[in-house]
Parts: sequence; structure tokens; C-alpha cells
Amino acid sequence: MIYLDNAATTPMRPEASAAMQPYLGDRFGNPSGIHAVSRRAKDAIEEARERIAAALGAAHPLEIVFTGGGTDADNLAVVGSALASGGGVVTTAVEHDAVLESARFVERLGHPVTIVGVDGDGRVDPAAIVAVVGDDTAVVSVMSANNETGVIQPGREVADALAAAAPGVLFHTDAVQAFASLPVTVEATGADMISVSAHKIGGPQGVGCLYVRDGVELEPVIHGGGQELGRRSGTHNVAGIVGFAAAVEAAVADRGRFRSVVGSARDRFESELASRVKVDVTGADTERLVSHAHLRFPGVRSETLLIRLDQAGIAAAAGAACHSGAQLTSHVMEAMGVPPDQGAEAVRFSFGWNDVTATAGAAATVVADVVETLQ
Amino acid sequence: MKALVAMSGGVDSSVAAALMLEAGFEVIGVTLKQWVGPDGEMPTAGCCTVADAEDARRVAAQLDVPYYVLDYVDEFTRAVVEPFGDDYLAGRTPNPCIECNRKVRFSALFDRMEALGTDVLVTGHHARVRRDETGWHLLRAVDGNKDQSYVLHMLGQVELSRIRFPIGEMTKTEVRERAAALGLRTAAKPDSQDLCFVKSDYRSFLEAALPETARPGTVVATDGTVLGSHQGTTGFTIGQRKGLGIALGEPRYVVEVRPASAEVVVGTHDELLVDGCMVSGVTFVAGQPPAAGRVEVKVRYRSKPSPATIEGDPDDRGGWRVTFLRKIPAPAPGQSAVFYDGEEVLGGGIIDDVFRTDG
Repeated sequence: MIYLDNAATTPMRPEASAAMQPYLGDRFGNPSGIHAVSRRAKDAIEEARERIAAALGAAHPLEIVFTGGGTDADNLAVVGSALASGGGVVTTAVEHDAVLESARFVERLGHPVTIVGVDGDGRVDPAAIVAVVGDDTAVVSVMSANNETGVIQPGREVADALAAAAPGVLFHTDAVQAFASLPVTVEATGADMISVSAHKIGGPQGVGCLYVRDGVELEPVIHGGGQELGRRSGTHNVAGIVGFAAAVEAAVADRGRFRSVVGSARDRFESELASRVKVDVTGADTERLVSHAHLRFPGVRSETLLIRLDQAGIAAAAGAACHSGAQLTSHVMEAMGVPPDQGAEAVRFSFGWNDVTATAGAAATVVADVVETLQ
Repeated sequence: MKALVAMSGGVDSSVAAALMLEAGFEVIGVTLKQWVGPDGEMPTAGCCTVADAEDARRVAAQLDVPYYVLDYVDEFTRAVVEPFGDDYLAGRTPNPCIECNRKVRFSALFDRMEALGTDVLVTGHHARVRRDETGWHLLRAVDGNKDQSYVLHMLGQVELSRIRFPIGEMTKTEVRERAAALGLRTAAKPDSQDLCFVKSDYRSFLEAALPETARPGTVVATDGTVLGSHQGTTGFTIGQRKGLGIALGEPRYVVEVRPASAEVVVGTHDELLVDGCMVSGVTFVAGQPPAAGRVEVKVRYRSKPSPATIEGDPDDRGGWRVTFLRKIPAPAPGQSAVFYDGEEVLGGGIIDDVFRTDG
């Protein structure tokens, strides 16, 4: 099986699984306790917090709030800041459902919500964001890069425009997809809140964090024992947090290689496909993540292609998958103005930290073989 | 050889998949997602629920075969759910499972069978296929109580040449025993009854989907005498005896539904009887009508077949006139009339209208 679904989840980096092992065995312990077993667990998560804070360029480790993953972090950022101030949400039509559904939730609670459209490549215009931000806006949420297409948003421009026009409004960015290859830091993004997920960068599933700039008020979404300074209750996933920190450091150290090696593998994959079959590359003329190849093979329904590829030993994905496993029309394609019949032809191949260029060539051959029989 | 097995999550299709594996086929399991609630998810009650799909997935995993859910929600809504409401508004009693088979299910599955590189389509229907020198034949199942050949009458020669019903030779008891012997989780699962897009009561579905169906009107006798009132014609089906809201000395039946005037006509059992019906959209399994016009006709899934003659109606393209040898209680327009010759399904179509020759 050639695994080209790294945007869904990645294999664990060896550094992450090695770091976790002790905490899956002897070093159990609930960090919230006074005895030695608890202290050891507490030390582990606080050390992880420091390392992740350093990687993100946070001013203080306590600006890192550990969560149960990217969705959890997005909910805390969007819902938490809207509830804390009573204000509304401005976001884009191509966000992950974790952000869009959080926005719809606070809208149902009576907060004003505005969803800003995107251009044909899926990019939002910073001026369009600023234009709809008002006195009643609590938070603006714009993803760093899109999970389906890999298209990079002008997030820094949004942050700067907001700082100039509406300095009281918080800026949140979901950097879940971008973190593996882009320099995601507080400085680079200009964000007040940043969502990161462990399993997209070679860490374990079920853990992530939200960077929260010191001074930002959040109403908690998960209520309970008051962990994470009350911002995210629930017993810590100690092994997961330790693995997350190891994955963050490994991913940051690996970014340079990732951009060149994975990028050239992706490019080779796309060019070899284009030399054999009819294919459209989403966002080909705009900035996009080196990990993503979001393609459309005209005349080939993605659902059929993905099953044929699964049979042929290639793991890939379409846009959105609901939990029963059936494919749904992607809201991202819809927002980009892609007609439904073309949206149903979109397939995402996503490369990860352990892919090599040779794999890309082999994958391109298999994909082209299958597409040729269907096109 | 590769088989595409349509798995519903029930015991029949679970065993069908297992039998194909035993026969040496490579198996791919699929479930068609046909209906979602307002939340965009599969229904939680009735048939084709998310739990059924989960059962199908677990059985496929147990059999170690790949399994996929295919999205046919748009096609199903367009071809089955929307006409379902329209039919009721027109005073008909549609059979959505047959409409689904005719317009969505089999075409979708045969398309996928080819696109996925498989050679045969397999379902868990209780029916049998035979081949002889005259071609392919569709036969009733061995288990007469579970026979589903009625809902398969739209299949033709090309379809039958590519479809397998592995459990058609088994009784339901044998199917369950085989499932238990294989340790399949669906061995004791009850048979599904309800429509996938109607949670328990199709009338409340119609009221929610089509509020205009809840239009009060009168219940009248065949001579026009007003006998009572009702809350909407969709609550009535021809032949219905209970729930008419009137009390008369002898049993009364719905003999006609007139949505345009919101009238429900009731009559005696004699007034319910008809001599025949007009059937449209007729297809024949053999690709052509039987040489002799004498057949047996089933007008409901659960009814006994009635001897009849059939003749192509010269005034209608594809319409057929069915004349029963003895009068039968009126079938409901919208239901299917399926033609049999003993064990064999000859074809069928949809009942448009009934006729009486002596009045």
C-alpha cells in the first residue's frame, strides 16, 4: 500500500513513538496530584509545553493550551472567544468544519456570524475580511492552508489588516495542515490563537494544542476539573502530549528537507500524471502546500477512482468524508465555484514526512493506469 | 472472478457475501447510502440506517473483504422520494422499494460493477436465476414466505446474466443457521420492515414533507351520499377497511381516492371488486411478452397471484390491459402488477387504473 493520505493522518515519527513508550508503561500518572507518580507526569507535560511554546515562538509556555486535537482547539478558539466577549465571528467559506460548525453554533446562540467568500483558487481577500469586521466582532478565523486543496491563505496580510483597522479583534488561524511544511510561529502568522494537531505532523491522534496569546480571554468549552488553567478541563493525555512535543520538534527540524524532498516528489507525481492522462491541478497557479496534490481527472467520479485505487494499493481521499464513509460534496469546492459534477471528480493525494521521490513515481504509474481505464 | 456484493447490513446479504467467498470469488462489499435526514446523516430507524451500514462494515471486516459506502442520496431523492409524495397527492399508493430498484439501485450497482472492475453483482434477495436454451429466467425463492421475486420483475436478460442471488435456494431458517455457523454478527438480526426514508409512519412523513396532503375532505358512498369527514386523502388506500371514521351495518372499503376534490369513496366488498387493471411501464424478463396471454398476476407484494389474461393496449405505448379470470378486490394504483407463470416471473409494470366491465 502506498499511503498518500497524510492530510488525513500521518504515520508516527519514530521520535514521537519512542518518547511516548515510557508513558504507556511505568510512567503512568495523572498530572493533577501531589504524589511522586503525579509529579513525574506533571513534569512531562510541562516540559512538553515548554518545547512546543519554543517551537511556536510563544512568549510564555502557559500560552499553550493542550487539547484533544485540532477540532478541540478550533472550538475553544472560536466558541471560547465569542462567548467570553459576547461578540461575533468572521471566517471564510473554506474553513475546516471544526471552525465553520463552531461559528454556526455561536450563531445559534445569537452571536453575529459572517462567512466571507473566496476566489476561484480558494483564497480569501484580506480587504473583504476587514470590510465585514465590526464593533461586535470578537474573532476572525482564517486557516493557514486548506486541508483539501493545500492552498495557502494570505493569513499574515489578514492579521496586519486587522491590526490596523480593528486592533481589538482577535485573529485565530487553524495551522493544522500548514505546520508540517510552513514556518508556523506567533511572529510569522501574527495570530492571537493558533491551532495545531499532533497526528498531522507525525505525532499521535487525539492530542493537539491551541496557542493563546497572553491576555486573551476565553470562555471554556469543556467544563470540569479546571485543567489547563480552566481553559480545557479533562485529565491530560500524558503520553500523547509527550509524543506531540517530540513530533513538533522533529517536524520543525525537518521542514527544510520536507519542502524540498516532499515538494519535488509531489511535483514529479503531478507531472508524470499530466504526461499520461487528462488532469486538472487545483491551485496550480497559486501558493499551496508542497504536501498536497488536489487533482481532478475529467470524466472520472472520485468515489469510483478511490475504490479502484484502494484495490490497486494506493490510499488517497476525496474532499470531505462523513463518518459513514460515503463521499459528500465538498463545501470547499462549492465555495470556489466549482460545479457539483466537477467537484465530484476531485481527489486529494497528500504526501508526508516519510514519502520518498521513488514512491511518487510508482504511485503516478498506478494512478495513471487506473485513470486510463476510467477516462 | 470478482463479485460486487450489495450489503444492507442484514443477515441475507451477509450470508450472500460469505457464500460468494466460499465459491472462490474475490468479494467487494458496498452499501448504497440513499437517504439522509435533515442533519445529513443516514437515518437511525427503519431500514438503511447508519447502524445497518455499520453492521455491513463489520461483517465485511470479519470476512476480510473491502467495503465501501456509495453515495446515491441525490439520485434516490430525485427518483424515489419526490415522486413518492407526488404519487400520494395524485391519489396513488406508490411502492418506493420497487421504484428504487427500477430507477436507482440496480442501475447504480451495475454501473459500479463495471467501473470497479468486478464481474458479477450479488444481492441478498430471496429469488433464483436459471439459464436454459431459451435464455435467463427469474424464479421465485425456495422459501415461499420470503420470496422477493415481486420486487425484481424489472430485471431483464442482460441484468440476469450478471446477477447472482446466492441465498435464493435457501430457506430463511437455513440462512440464519449458516450465518450462525459462520459466526456472523447479523445471524439473529430481525428483518427490516420500514421504508428507509420514513421513520415509522409514512403519513407523518407526508404531512411533514407535503403539508398540502393534510387537506380535510369528505367520505362519500358510491352514490355520492356524504358519510363522514377525513383529515387528508393520503391517509387512505384502496381496499382499506379500518380507520374510515364511519359506522355502518356492514363492512365498508375504500374503493376510490379523489385527491382533486378531497373525496374518499367507500363501498361494499362487491363494489370494491374489479375485473382488471391497466398497467404501464411494463417490461418482460425475456425481453418480449409471453406467447400465451394467460398469466398469474400479483398486485401486491403479499397478495396471492390471480389468474388473468394480458394484452398490449393498442392505444397506449407500452400499456397493458390485465383482465382477471375472477374479479378481485381493487388493487391500488401506483402498486406493481407482476406477471408469473408458476414459479417464473415474466415481467410487470405499474398499475395506473382499474376497470369494471359490468357497471
